[in-house]
Amino acid sequence: MTHRLNKTLLLGVAALGLMAGNALAETELRMTWYNDGNEGEVMRDLLDRFEEANPDIKVVLDVVPYAAVRDGIGVQLAAGEGPDMARVTDLGGLSQYYLDLTPYLSDADYWRTNFGPFLKWLAPDSDAISGFMTQLTVTGPYVNKTLFEQAGVEMPGEGATWDDWAAASKEVADKLDIPIPMAWDRSGHRVAGPAISMGAKMFDENGEPALVDDGLKMMATKLYDWHQDGTMAKELWGSVSGSQYLGANEDFANANVVLYMSGSWQIPQFAETIGDAFDWWAVPAPCGPAACTGMPGGAALVAIKDTEHPEEVAMVMDYLAQEENLAEFYSRTLFIPGHLGLAEKGIDFDTDDERAKHALSTFAGAVPSISPIAFETQGYPYNYVMFGALISRLGEAIVGELTLDQAFERMTQDVEQQIAEKKRGG
Amino acid sequence: MALDETIKPEAETGTSRLNAIAAWPVRVLFGILDVPFRALQRLLGIGSMPYFFILPNLAFFGLFVVVPLFINFAYSVTGGTNLFMENRPYVGGEQYGFLFDCGNYLDPSTCREDRFWRGVYNTFTFVFFQVSLMVLFSLVTALILNREIRGRGFFRAAFFFPVLLSPVVVALIWKWILLRDGVLNAFLVSMGLDPILFFVSPAWAMFWAIFVSVWAHMGFYTLILLAGLQAIPPDLYEAAEMDGTKRERVFFRITLPLLWPNMLVVIVLALIKAVQIFDEVFVLTGGGPGTATQFVVQYIYTTGFANQIQNFGLAAAASVVLGVVLFVLTLLQLAASRRKDEG
Repeated sequence: MTHRLNKTLLLGVAALGLMAGNALAETELRMTWYNDGNEGEVMRDLLDRFEEANPDIKVVLDVVPYAAVRDGIGVQLAAGEGPDMARVTDLGGLSQYYLDLTPYLSDADYWRTNFGPFLKWLAPDSDAISGFMTQLTVTGPYVNKTLFEQAGVEMPGEGATWDDWAAASKEVADKLDIPIPMAWDRSGHRVAGPAISMGAKMFDENGEPALVDDGLKMMATKLYDWHQDGTMAKELWGSVSGSQYLGANEDFANANVVLYMSGSWQIPQFAETIGDAFDWWAVPAPCGPAACTGMPGGAALVAIKDTEHPEEVAMVMDYLAQEENLAEFYSRTLFIPGHLGLAEKGIDFDTDDERAKHALSTFAGAVPSISPIAFETQGYPYNYVMFGALISRLGEAIVGELTLDQAFERMTQDVEQQIAEKKRGG
Repeated sequence: MALDETIKPEAETGTSRLNAIAAWPVRVLFGILDVPFRALQRLLGIGSMPYFFILPNLAFFGLFVVVPLFINFAYSVTGGTNLFMENRPYVGGEQYGFLFDCGNYLDPSTCREDRFWRGVYNTFTFVFFQVSLMVLFSLVTALILNREIRGRGFFRAAFFFPVLLSPVVVALIWKWILLRDGVLNAFLVSMGLDPILFFVSPAWAMFWAIFVSVWAHMGFYTLILLAGLQAIPPDLYEAAEMDGTKRERVFFRITLPLLWPNMLVVIVLALIKAVQIFDEVFVLTGGGPGTATQFVVQYIYTTGFANQIQNFGLAAAASVVLGVVLFVLTLLQLAASRRKDEG
């Protein structure tokens, strides 16, 4: 009896030892992530499958609010305290912190073939492969088509200008007593496309940022006027300071907004939150004298160079970037693919929602008409400096702290000062 | 005197035996500690022992407060965007010069760094109203809670409760109340009134920033004043009553003078806390509308951390300026405490 007990104890200790050994051998990687819709859930499914195939690597998905990624990750990375991988939207601005995966990848050519143009967004000054786009985005407006129908107002057609849409939205709101005729995300990125449509060049002939010109002034003046005449509500642009981001997605989903200027990343969220409560409709980017363009953009999953496990990180990234995995990711998340092979083949989006399908085709169809200036702006590593100056100073003008002319002067000063500080070292 | 002699077992004084048993481990511990401490005392001398005892605290204070102060100052005389000191160029007083480059200090729009000065003026406005109202409401509440009213314990707890909440929670609760679709506007609409967009009007936003801050912290200051009120000898009031003194005269001639040392502590503590205001208001109003509720600490945070190009040098220079203000206020508090101890 004692002999049997000893044997059992011995086996138990051996099993515990093995488990402890396994636990010690396991590499834990951390991935900072934010969600617009269900993408965290889909990513977790993919990671679970990766972990099954690679039991010695565990990936912890740290889901944080978008604001934490937008405003906080830069400091974290500068301090060397960042994660192993992160989903970011400041693609070029953080490039100094990215790991070049090239030496660790099994097939670097696959990456260059399928992610080619976007790799440059992540590494403006080198040929590094640092990550892949979890989604391509295009900015553009959504309208509540049901409200247009209820108000008996015709939706402006192809080639319509921002003024046409503003007037139509105001008419609908006035007829149906809707609190916000038109809402734009409080984001310089959202304004950039329409400003380029008005003729903004964004850069001078030397390629240096030149934010304020006649095109930008024209668009900014329109935004200012719409806030003064009630077409846009001051709650978004006027209610916070600096370059803080605010979205009107919840107001739009609650049918408090007639037209909402945002972008393609809202599709999965609207498909889920609005469903068939009303007809939410993506419309092509309204036109100005120079173009009818939105802004390209997107989010990328990047590897961080301070990781202690570059090989394991590369294994995860390589697994996730494979065509079949990304096809599933884009299909389930309803994101426009950032993989050229998949974009060419087409994605079978996992939705029966006609509105979502229409929105996806509208935004995907808008890609060819995106202005080269918009691509150049998106590829500029310090574009957030320009966007931040634009949004913060215009916000101050809208609430009456500055005149529009003072705001334009301050925008130029802000950009110059920040770029100069950057050039001084860092 | 040996350390184990400092604790006199209660059993020896004739009280419960149970207490003596409970005290036994403490006596043993003190007995064990006695040997090395006696040796240390012989080595250092009795005069140095207090310094030895505060050394751990001092080390932590030095490490987490004094050293960062010097590091912050060092950052303020450097430029660039690199986080590590060795990669940052020395720029002397340039950051301070940039902050203080103003055509007219009373008009922020003439200043090169207009947001810093807007933050300064907003902070002054906030501090003036918040501290005045905080002291006033804390005093009134303490006076009421010091009286024999029904449910006094409940009200004392109720007024103190917000102090226990995280500032972010406080701000979020009030934000939900004050939004366009919030509870307060729902109430206004149910009364047949128009909803008010509180966060779009600079005056309303500042009002609610002050109101929420007073609501959240009043309980703490009320408690300090209540302790002061309870320390006033009751016989003074009895004597005044026997003399037929009027209630206002009792308040101004007895209560207020005797409460003054506590009031001074409350004023200075509230001042220091108000100057440092950030988290609650940042969550509540985001510093808006425009820059109407953007205070100095938010300016520092935005400049140093939230902008894409993080200007640590400028943020550090603004922190030094704020630090000087806080240092003066702390000196005031020390003077007030000393006066209280002497008086």
